[in-house]
Amino acid sequence: MRPEAVAEIQRIRKRYPRSRSAVMDALRIAQTEHGGWLPPEAFREVADALDVTPAYCHSIASFYDMYHLEPVGEHLVEVCTNLSCALAGAQAVLDAFASELGVRPGETTEDGGFTLRAVECAGGCGRAPVVVVDHVYHEPVRPEDVAGLVEGLRGE
Amino acid sequence: MASNQTLLTAGTEDRDLTRLEEYRAVGGYEALAKARALEPQAVMDEITAATLRGRGGAGFPMGRKASLLAKDTGRPVYLVVNADESEPGAFKDRDVMRFTPHRLIEGCLITAHGIGSTSVFIYIRGEYLHEFEVTRAALEETRKAGLLAGVTIVLHRGAGAYICGEETALLESLEGSRGQPRPRPPFPPVTGLYDAPTQINNVSTIALVPKVLELGAAEFAKIGVPSAPGTAVFSLSGNVAQPGNYERPLGTTLRELIYDIGGGVANGRELKAVIPGGSSVPVLTPDEIDTPMDYDSIQAAGSFFGSAAIIVVDDRCCMVQLALRAAQFYMHESCGKCTPCRVGTRWLVQLLTRIEAGEAAPTDLELLENVCDRMLGRSLCALGDFAVYPVSSYLRKYRAEFEAHVTGAGCPFVGESSIEGIIAPIAQHAHPVPEVVGG
Repeated sequence: MRPEAVAEIQRIRKRYPRSRSAVMDALRIAQTEHGGWLPPEAFREVADALDVTPAYCHSIASFYDMYHLEPVGEHLVEVCTNLSCALAGAQAVLDAFASELGVRPGETTEDGGFTLRAVECAGGCGRAPVVVVDHVYHEPVRPEDVAGLVEGLRGE
Repeated sequence: MASNQTLLTAGTEDRDLTRLEEYRAVGGYEALAKARALEPQAVMDEITAATLRGRGGAGFPMGRKASLLAKDTGRPVYLVVNADESEPGAFKDRDVMRFTPHRLIEGCLITAHGIGSTSVFIYIRGEYLHEFEVTRAALEETRKAGLLAGVTIVLHRGAGAYICGEETALLESLEGSRGQPRPRPPFPPVTGLYDAPTQINNVSTIALVPKVLELGAAEFAKIGVPSAPGTAVFSLSGNVAQPGNYERPLGTTLRELIYDIGGGVANGRELKAVIPGGSSVPVLTPDEIDTPMDYDSIQAAGSFFGSAAIIVVDDRCCMVQLALRAAQFYMHESCGKCTPCRVGTRWLVQLLTRIEAGEAAPTDLELLENVCDRMLGRSLCALGDFAVYPVSSYLRKYRAEFEAHVTGAGCPFVGESSIEGIIAPIAQHAHPVPEVVGG
């Protein structure tokens, strides 16, 4: 991690009466520093910054969906498939992404460009189906929108 | 009854209330000034007199909750706002943060004054990045305007876990632990965050507080129904013509919400089922939609108000597939602490999978009921029950459809259900599902 990232963790730590409360933000910062996932050295760095053990950091990271314990693609495409999105046709949207990217849900493209995953309710049920790309909501997304969306991301 | 009166969304029609000056133009932070001129107990008396009930799910009166806070403990008193909205079908709190963050902040400051707290934490679900940024910008404006008056408000981001919407799991998560619920007692008003007395309320409840002070309890109580005054933001989704968030008085019927406000079932289809409070509550059938949406009426009808997230289901949907998809969600989100929930959610998924595949034994429907009975009320938090309510209620109310899956050659929709082949996130993982004994 860059020294600025460590300094940011120390700033966040001061907001709380107990420093462990900063672990979620610290892991989020470490994940960004390491290209979107948490390799073993990220746990050692966060542990050093917060005076805890790497195993404790790993136990937190493995509990929450937004921490990645394996490398992810440059772009993270998340398709909500919970009830409201399913009723609005999310499966066809997920299928369109799978076919456009040539991967199954849960996989990363060979060139490392994209990770596709189905996710649980994203809280956009009123404009379903919801797709979240790199933490930005797109709602609603229709199967016919998928090719253009992917093309735009490839061009970035 | 002033049916068009809005409280949470008031002023958003023609103003950008994310900006302090715009919020002030509609009377923003005047209620805070009013509250700060009062004794703290007088503020809480007003909230109690208004019967402001929790908009997050349980409907517990906010004033009564505050009255349970331990006094003179020598520890700080914390206010924690639950903005971890994750109930499938719910998206009301997101709009509070996105469109009226100052109403939330003002509610925090009034409540903090009322309970004698100078330390507020808002736990925002991790996925709500934009909402976090909007709220953070609003908080910065409030700070610069000198309105915080010594109160600190920390925005704490979650990282993707439905269970953290459960109040004790939220506290664990906020303390930097895995979000697993605590045994109760002790309850949070006595031993909450950092072992100190803690008031926990939902975003939408806290954001209503300024209006309670502005209108006064008597005026507030004229809206809604006597047992549950005020408005709620109803989230319409699923097979409804005009999905979205609609603020209406409590007691508005499901029929009004779905047909008059939501434009009816989409594409002229037939109504098959209504899930009134988010995926965790028992389903209602079309003949039950004259039920008013308030806590007590909906409970009398055998379901729960939940987060007022109304999911409309049309006649193209297979109820076994819908139950399976709901069960997969709760299996994914079970924190694993209590055995009945951890194992039971897996059994529900496995049984429903084989019923849907036409591979179930005739006794599997009884086995499914049996698993539901053995899960209910047997875990530390309500997630174990939430996993049961959709499954047991769909099975009870759409029994013939379940039986057709067992006695026929599988799903009677033969590949034509509206949610056919939907992939749940758990299907991406390699969790082996233990075999159910029997069947």
